[in-house]
Amino acid sequence: MKNSIIFLFLGLAALLLPAQAPKGSVIVRNGTVLTITQGIKEKTDVLIVDGKIKQIGTGLKAPAGTPEIDATGMYVMPGIIDAHSHLGLDAINEGTQPVTAEVSTGDAINPFDIAIYHALAGGVTISHAMHGSANAIGGECETIKHRYGETNPSLLKMEGAPRTIKFALGENPIRVHGIGTQIQPRTRMGVEMVIRNALSEAKNYDAALQKYQAEKKTNPAALPPTYNRQHETLAGVLRGEVLIHCHSYRADEILMLMNVCKDFGIKKICFQHVNEGFKVAPELAQFGASASVFSDWWAYKFEVYYSTAYNASILTRNGVVTSINSDDDELTRHLYHEAAKTQRYGGLTDDEALRLITLNPAIQLGIENRTGSIETGKDGDLVIFKNHPLSVYAIPQMTLIDGIVRFDVNKNPDDMRLLINPDEKLLPLIYRRDQDDHCLDDIQLNENK
Amino acid sequence: MNNIQRILWLLVLAGSLLSLQAQESKAVQGTFALTNARIETVSQGVVNGTLVIRNGKIEALGANVKAPADAKVIDCTGKTIYPGFIDGGTQVGLYEVGSIEVTIDDAEVGDFTPHMQALTAVNPNSVVIPVTRVNGVTTVLTMPSGNVLPGSAALISLHGYTPEQMYAGFKGLVLEFPTTARPGRFDTRSEEDLKKDTEKRLKKLNDIWDEARQYAKIDSAFRAGGGEAPAYYPEMAALVPAVLGQATVLIEVNVSSDIEAAIKWVEEHKVKAVFTGVSEGWRVADKLAKARIPVITGPVLGLPTREYDRYDKAYANAGLMLKAGVKVALRTNEARNVRNLPFHAGFAAAYGMGQEAALRAITLTPAEIFGVADRMGSLEVGKDATLIVASGDPFEPKTQISEVFIRGWKMPLDNRQTRLNDEFLQRDPGVKK
Repeated sequence: MKNSIIFLFLGLAALLLPAQAPKGSVIVRNGTVLTITQGIKEKTDVLIVDGKIKQIGTGLKAPAGTPEIDATGMYVMPGIIDAHSHLGLDAINEGTQPVTAEVSTGDAINPFDIAIYHALAGGVTISHAMHGSANAIGGECETIKHRYGETNPSLLKMEGAPRTIKFALGENPIRVHGIGTQIQPRTRMGVEMVIRNALSEAKNYDAALQKYQAEKKTNPAALPPTYNRQHETLAGVLRGEVLIHCHSYRADEILMLMNVCKDFGIKKICFQHVNEGFKVAPELAQFGASASVFSDWWAYKFEVYYSTAYNASILTRNGVVTSINSDDDELTRHLYHEAAKTQRYGGLTDDEALRLITLNPAIQLGIENRTGSIETGKDGDLVIFKNHPLSVYAIPQMTLIDGIVRFDVNKNPDDMRLLINPDEKLLPLIYRRDQDDHCLDDIQLNENK
Repeated sequence: MNNIQRILWLLVLAGSLLSLQAQESKAVQGTFALTNARIETVSQGVVNGTLVIRNGKIEALGANVKAPADAKVIDCTGKTIYPGFIDGGTQVGLYEVGSIEVTIDDAEVGDFTPHMQALTAVNPNSVVIPVTRVNGVTTVLTMPSGNVLPGSAALISLHGYTPEQMYAGFKGLVLEFPTTARPGRFDTRSEEDLKKDTEKRLKKLNDIWDEARQYAKIDSAFRAGGGEAPAYYPEMAALVPAVLGQATVLIEVNVSSDIEAAIKWVEEHKVKAVFTGVSEGWRVADKLAKARIPVITGPVLGLPTREYDRYDKAYANAGLMLKAGVKVALRTNEARNVRNLPFHAGFAAAYGMGQEAALRAITLTPAEIFGVADRMGSLEVGKDATLIVASGDPFEPKTQISEVFIRGWKMPLDNRQTRLNDEFLQRDPGVKK
């Protein structure tokens, strides 16, 4: 493929350059600022200097030469965060065995994916580019900033974001492995044991590693355990350095994984999709687990047949840190609208609804100290809306990342592709779309129907 | 009154209260007066006053209308009455659980199956139906798909215990116009193969159409008393009204070049056509307007069809076609989330169509396209009492729908999703055993 060669060269060129994401300074004047953590501030300025929010207030003075954006009559909110996405990735599933903790989506970032720009046009500044759900334990995921225009894949990575890993329960790993290739897991019993086995092996590996490190001090001839990247990553999970984001639907499997986590001393976990999370909301709250859900997708398979659009509001009212995600290149463009649906289904307040797409996903990704609200010292990631973002008539006007305008409704040309393939005359068209989780993309199912 | 009498009286009262509650999950018919309402008629602007429902119809509406003595009065102060929304293209009733093929009845096996009837396979007890109607969607077109002539779509009302009860007076033959484009990246045919496949499909469509014309000739001659009866050929029999230009053909077509080819095909074959999908309609809007072919477009909440198109083209498409003079109705093209139709309309409104036109595009315009505007699509005396009461703009997610009437039946507003909320919002027991 010619594409691959171009990518390879670009990738190699990228390695030679210092990977430093560009940062900008700007002042957004006179908007209605939805801070998320400190209420609504009318007719307020937000000053961003070198990519960070420096000051919030009225009549602010900006350093000379700072570009100004007039947000009079507009709403300014923090950049929207999508805690479940697969955009900007060339590969999603290493669906070859039930445990693939050794791989990482960070190795498959495609900065040319137009979906990144589409998400920006919907006010989304950060997404969690996840591994798929083919495996009970999938690969590591990457938290990316939508710095569309940068062609070095590593510049899309959100520097300093905690590592995360995808786990998956239920139908998907069962369909791919048990039904597809006749290996464990074929049942929800098997899913539990695949996870317990992998974590136990990692625990043993970690113990051997620690023993070696202690022994090394006195014995220069001490031998380390054979390097195993899968165990390394899962040892990181056990140490709390790698956060679990688990694809899950049914109440029983959610409880199962919380029990596994308890047994292995794992404290942080975010359940993804989690359509039946509402059924075990008190247990999730007690454990301190969080939930990242669809607003209203359901019935695309049997494990989501008993869903309710009230899921997010029930979870929120029960004290579970909840976000609304997309898992879809189209849906991600209107997460503000998806969040608004919790006002129809469950009557969440404006503040509660907006948290579902800002601070709460930031907490789930471990980046709440830098993003998710408009506060001094946080990253300069903002969206400016015409009409309130929870109104159906809301239209994103501008999206800023690290103080740089990455989307401007009035300035961008129609064609925003970064990479044009001259050989491709007939372009694929997308005019049919099914609402289904995209966690099985890349997978050829081998099922007898 | 002695104590025993008192207890008996209380028991009766409790019993009647219980039975009232039980009725809440069933539709109720009767005479209703919706008073103090803002009435958005769609056809004649906004009227403030009372709307009376009797025998399934709108008996009266206006500022000076008084609630009849026998009517159950529903005070609508601060609320607005709208006609029930019509979704111009769905798979409601044909589609239950996505990954379980045996629960999906929209696509039959075969290259040409025009004799399939969507109405036959509509499951009146689909869990989707009550979930859909609480957002104000009262009537939907449910469509077969899957091959060039997959069968007939049917307009159904979202209340009824049999498909016949649900049937809302329109059927249309679906024609998926052979397309020259790839449906997505998964399609890896070469450009040459793609072209050949399309030509082959178009040729087959034309052959079938010619054959159907022959069949229609033999059939009408036989009916007029001449010649032999045509052989049993249900595929051909199903095409007769369409080839004679009597029945509406719903032509699914999306790519601009295909739209142009379909316009030509319609003119050549003198077909009474409605275009559906039409996601690239904005590119050839003038030609569509000139051809005077009505359009049912959607989903509005979609990606642009081509990577080089502006990001919001799917949102803006309906408005751009309307501006060019095309008659435009909206659809979700959904099975499970048809409840989002008012939000699709809201996005179309925001991206250039305007609120009033978007409301028409999910009420009166589809009713006109389906030839049922004498019964639905607007609030007028004598039309079906298919309407909703909303706390505000029904396109806004925040708005609550407090009443749904379908043909005069006051519909229950609970469904499996609300019942799960009732049970689990404050689960009992909580975390303790």
